[in-house]
Amino acid sequence: MNIAVLLRAVPDPVEELELDGEDLDRDFLGYVLNEFDDHALEEGLLLKEETGGTLTAFALGNADEVEQMLHTAIAKGADGAKMLGEELEAVDAHAQAATFVEALSEGAFDLVLSGVQASDEVDGQVAMLVAAGLGLPHVSVVVGTEAGDGSLKVTKEYWAGITADYSVQLPAVLGVQTAREAPRYVAVARIRQAQDSGALEEVDVDQPENSSGVRITEMRIPEVGEGADMIDGDEEAAAERVLEILQAAGVR
Amino acid sequence: MGTEISPKVDPSQVREHETYELDGVDISGHWNRMFEQRVIFDYDVSQLEKVMDTPGGESMGWCYQCSQCIAVCPVDHVGDYGPRKIYRKLQVGMDFFTSDDLWLCTTCANCLRVCPKEVNMLDIVPAVRKQAVLEGTVPAELQDVFEKTARYGNPLGKNAKRRHAWTKGLEVEVPLIADLDRKVDVLWWVSDYPSYHPRGMEASRSLARVLTKLGVDFAILGAEERHDGDSMLRAGEEGLFEMLADQNIETLNKYEFDVLLTTDPHAYNAFLHEYPERGGTYNTMHYARFLADRIADLDLSEDVLSTVTFHDPCYLGRQNGEYDAPRDLIEALPGANFVEMWRNKQNGYCCGGGGGGMWLDGLAAENQSMRLSEKRVLEAVETGADTLCVVCPYEVSRFEDAVKSTNNDGALAVRDISELLAEAMGLSTE
Repeated sequence: MNIAVLLRAVPDPVEELELDGEDLDRDFLGYVLNEFDDHALEEGLLLKEETGGTLTAFALGNADEVEQMLHTAIAKGADGAKMLGEELEAVDAHAQAATFVEALSEGAFDLVLSGVQASDEVDGQVAMLVAAGLGLPHVSVVVGTEAGDGSLKVTKEYWAGITADYSVQLPAVLGVQTAREAPRYVAVARIRQAQDSGALEEVDVDQPENSSGVRITEMRIPEVGEGADMIDGDEEAAAERVLEILQAAGVR
Repeated sequence: MGTEISPKVDPSQVREHETYELDGVDISGHWNRMFEQRVIFDYDVSQLEKVMDTPGGESMGWCYQCSQCIAVCPVDHVGDYGPRKIYRKLQVGMDFFTSDDLWLCTTCANCLRVCPKEVNMLDIVPAVRKQAVLEGTVPAELQDVFEKTARYGNPLGKNAKRRHAWTKGLEVEVPLIADLDRKVDVLWWVSDYPSYHPRGMEASRSLARVLTKLGVDFAILGAEERHDGDSMLRAGEEGLFEMLADQNIETLNKYEFDVLLTTDPHAYNAFLHEYPERGGTYNTMHYARFLADRIADLDLSEDVLSTVTFHDPCYLGRQNGEYDAPRDLIEALPGANFVEMWRNKQNGYCCGGGGGGMWLDGLAAENQSMRLSEKRVLEAVETGADTLCVVCPYEVSRFEDAVKSTNNDGALAVRDISELLAEAMGLSTE
């Protein structure tokens, strides 16, 4: 099975995030790998190990952190990695998906995996827009896969912990919520080897236009609210008070 | 790996031969190895051989099961672990590389101190961990710390740019060496917990006040400083250590200073024993020694009416031979009464924070009846002391937590020596 994994760099919340009108001030921003994409990569690596074939990682933009996360993907077991375009970290879901679709059209992939959402894209559109762009079947909120013959058993999570198993005809695109196993650790020595491996390729892409028809007019930092009820007293008294609050709120 | 623990054999009395034959049997090799297989080798010893075949793991096979290590292993006092037990488990088929036992050693070195066979867990454990790390079999809590340290340069995962935020609002000046743009007498290597942990920051501010009062010409690196890497090396992440050490050496070699002053004994150990071979050689001093050499100038005039006991950090005491400096400082505190715990100096009990133990609390909880720090706090309470004095930044938070979890809140205060000195000097404390 030949697998593509789509990775996105998202703003690192450890940094002090500052606003620049309609967006974060990106001049001094650090980036980290989107946590859901890390799970997509792990699920992809597990499938690759089970079925053979190849895994290629794609990421938008060319920030140092993007390069670092692709080297990490290679160190974890990706056969190749492609860094798409320049400064694409801030474009919208439609533009991200269009860039991925263009890059994916070059290869023949049986399965495309990406995170179900990203911290700067919580509406979770990228994976499904990629599926639409490629004209492939799509399952979202995936929490596990199992390789079969020409198809894939995919577990999707619903509300209240209900899960359903799908049989998906390949090729397909999946939006991954969690991998079957926690993302693996890769030693720094292996990442350093990956840096020298030459497996990372820079790909020129047309600068995509934000094309969704919606745009951000103002971005605001949440206002600090009031009304926190500090509960004093020992465990007994505190438990009593918590019970009162819950009962008053109608919890029975 | 560097250690100042002396060998059990007087090297001047040893005659070494390249090869040697005795009664027709070739007995070439390290003096302390076994000359031939023993009956016990009737077992399938492939797991033991796997450890011995790992570079650094050779001496595991020298164990002759005398159990002296078990009496002094801090982990065995609260669990079922020790070098002799590891040897035995390996004989009967334990895979050390994937075992919980691999992560319990705190590299405190007390076993090596008493081992007649020089079975060196300070080499063996990091060597096996290194292979486990390369295979990706790392406890999740440690994995998180490795990733944070690689990304942010500190195991707490804090913003690297805020490394010197602890100096904000301080009434004494703590300059950045980059801003001074000149040589300083003392470059202070502050380390992670003294930079970011609330209690560590309090101790740092006390030390800054003490150094200022002494008139020391000092500066810090601020955001340019990264984790020293020593504990990452003991925890098996050698690549991470190398990356950090190379970055730190590049930074340090930009500046001119006479003394590199370390707060953290682990950083002290790294600068003494690990950095020189990578091109970083500095006149490194731990702050307890630096201050002990200046007791006469400290102007200790205010009474510190406390009964104080002292915990030897493994990487300052046992591993680097410094026992006197902190004791001299405590003895110099006016009004204070100094009492020793029953395990002290060479036989000091480990706090549990070394060798990656600082970030393996969950694993320790699953494998031990209590934390090492809790065991140590109970010993401190037993002395009748009201103050536990520490000189290692891993310890303030570890012991304060242990004081609470052993229900000794209010009975025992945990204080850095710089906090006690600041009080005795009449400087403001927090």
